[in-house]
Amino acid sequence: MTDYILGHINYWIIIILMMVGLYTMMSKPNLIKKMAGLSVFQTGVILLYISFGKVTGGTAPIVAEGFDTYSNPLPQVLMLTAIVVGVATTALGFALIVRIQEAYGSIEEDELEKMDDET
Amino acid sequence: MIHEQLSVLLVVIPLLAAPITAMFNKLSWSWLITLLVCASCCFFSAWLLMDVANGEIIHYELGGWAPPWGIEYRIDALNALVALIVCIIALCTTIYSRKSVEQEILPYQHGMFYAAFQLCFLGLLGITLTGDIFNVFVFLEISSLASYALIAMGKNRKALTSSFHYLVLGTLGATFFLIGVGLAYAATGTLNMDDLAAKLPLVENIQMVHTAFALIIVGLALKAAIYPLHLWLPNAYSYAPTVISIFLSATATKVAIYVLIRCLFNVFSLEYVLTTWLPQIMTVLGAVAILYGSVRAIGQTGMKKMLAYSSVAQIGYMIMGIGFLSQQGLTASIVHLFNHALMKGALFMAAGLYIYRVNTATFENLKGMGREMPYTFFAMLIAALSLIGVPGTVGFVSKWQLINAALEQQQWGMVVIILLGSLLAIVYVWKLVEVLYFQSAEKIRVQGVESGSERIGSSPLGMTSAMWILALACIYFGFNTELTLGTAGTAVDLLFSAGGTK
Amino acid sequence: MRDNLILRVTARILIPIIILFALYVQFHGDYSPGGGFQAGVIFSSAILLYALAFGLDTAAKVVPNQALIATASLGVLLYAGTGVVSLFFGGEFLNYSLLADEPTTGQHIGIIIIELGVGLTVAAIMLLIFFTFARRILN
Repeated sequence: MTDYILGHINYWIIIILMMVGLYTMMSKPNLIKKMAGLSVFQTGVILLYISFGKVTGGTAPIVAEGFDTYSNPLPQVLMLTAIVVGVATTALGFALIVRIQEAYGSIEEDELEKMDDET
Repeated sequence: MIHEQLSVLLVVIPLLAAPITAMFNKLSWSWLITLLVCASCCFFSAWLLMDVANGEIIHYELGGWAPPWGIEYRIDALNALVALIVCIIALCTTIYSRKSVEQEILPYQHGMFYAAFQLCFLGLLGITLTGDIFNVFVFLEISSLASYALIAMGKNRKALTSSFHYLVLGTLGATFFLIGVGLAYAATGTLNMDDLAAKLPLVENIQMVHTAFALIIVGLALKAAIYPLHLWLPNAYSYAPTVISIFLSATATKVAIYVLIRCLFNVFSLEYVLTTWLPQIMTVLGAVAILYGSVRAIGQTGMKKMLAYSSVAQIGYMIMGIGFLSQQGLTASIVHLFNHALMKGALFMAAGLYIYRVNTATFENLKGMGREMPYTFFAMLIAALSLIGVPGTVGFVSKWQLINAALEQQQWGMVVIILLGSLLAIVYVWKLVEVLYFQSAEKIRVQGVESGSERIGSSPLGMTSAMWILALACIYFGFNTELTLGTAGTAVDLLFSAGGTK
Repeated sequence: MRDNLILRVTARILIPIIILFALYVQFHGDYSPGGGFQAGVIFSSAILLYALAFGLDTAAKVVPNQALIATASLGVLLYAGTGVVSLFFGGEFLNYSLLADEPTTGQHIGIIIIELGVGLTVAAIMLLIFFTFARRILN
């Protein structure tokens, strides 16, 4: 049992990260906290892919003498793309938050909704 | 030489043009570049459709790397049809956009607006053409990121909050899709759709594949705004700049539905889908979406929001068609995907013209505008009749197919709901007609239009002509169903024959 | 901004090293881990350090906004352009084996140009994001 838990330690961490991210995103009215939750959630996914690609005892996938087990480089390349997408999303999200702050004077979702209902 | 490169050119042309557009900041230049890009893409995609209309499949290896290692573009009748409709709508939107953009977007943003528009267009085309499931994610995010930025350019400050909601939910959907793809990759070791289809049956009983399936479907459902996951759609479409409402409502959700069809029938096989509860769930959700969307549309006080809720209902028809899992149901869905793009495009264009003239599209301010703008009103009426499904318009073709599909499976309840949906559509279309034509105008209607502005007396030619092209297409494709039904039939035959054999 | 001698002297020493390292990661990415994304981010961090130490306005003189937009666009054009050139050589998009007589030489040339495009775009975009936010908040 202990072996099972410790052997899958990365997956436990990934699940915890994803759930923390999702929970933050759904429960917090503050828009910046929502973005933070989204980022944590995406980080969980990135770790998930990297875990898939890891081969026990494998080295970095560069051809060199004396090494014949390599980790799978494809998930890492895929995550490079996903990280870039994540950066773009976060930047765009924060840009929107700055504009929302300028337009409404608040970034708490419940207050925003109240202001929208009034008009 | 061009002939072999057709598929990639569709993505490369906007990719080359977008950075150039971003550097110019003059409306006339960026508009012209976008027009050229859309026109050439339209031409190429029509050419592509002719090549594959007889059931052929084109494979294009990017960078010369053979699949399953390299990324390939795989085009059959289904992709080509979806790509064509995206291109047609993009072209009409661009023709329409000039005056509307001049009015609604701040001058210093014109270049960036058109660059983002092209990126969104590029992303949507990329999704339709690619045969690599991770590539779908990348293009999905390119188009979505561009559309978040575009929606946020709307004049009303609510555009910002609705864009933010769309961003959070859209990213959540895309990330779910990404986890699903990752699990499928872990189970099979491949990302190529054909290769996945070949390898998934070998492992289809392990838990990981079920999870992958569920996550992929939920992620796509969020992007496609299928009923309980539609919450971002009405606000995003009604507060976006008009041009973007037209473009996104006619293409973005359709492309997500295309990916859904592709994943259900090509990646996961028909047999696999039949072992799950998904078909029943989709039919029921489709039915609920039809009723919910139509009822909410009736209750709206603004034209754009009414149209956005009607989109939720129309997506319901498509989902119901997929849920039947029969050849006829799927044909109905694909044809409706094409037809709905035409009519929703035309309707949003009409809404945009009213906004151009009176600065708002709430019903209070639109009273009697139909009599003042008879041509716009008439084009809108054609598209609205098509939304109801009056014979002689495109809406009738796809609804007739859908009803037949329901009858074939003897799902009487669904037949009733489809007919009820049409009745509800009559109600909200009537509300629109009554406000625009039968109620008498009020004096205070025009707000914020400077006196002496060219907007007072006339509608610009570009806007009206683009709207009429789509409105007439609604009638033309209602009588000549060869292109839509024929191609959709070929596509469906391919999808059903592919299941299990390859 | 308050004069902070230690910060300025350290920045002056560090910035050239960071830029050198960025260029190394950029151009050695062909043989070892590295490439455009990483190099672009490292490069932009050098300019960020400059902006933090010497103020936004000074940094804006070094890298004006318009130049950043142009660089970002140029990077994308370089990327897509390389792909289109291989179309003209009769291959598929981005098939850079055809860029030289030997396929391997062609691949070396291709990947260096492509990564250069990526590096330019990433560096410019990272800086644009930073400057846009920084100015908004200062105003």
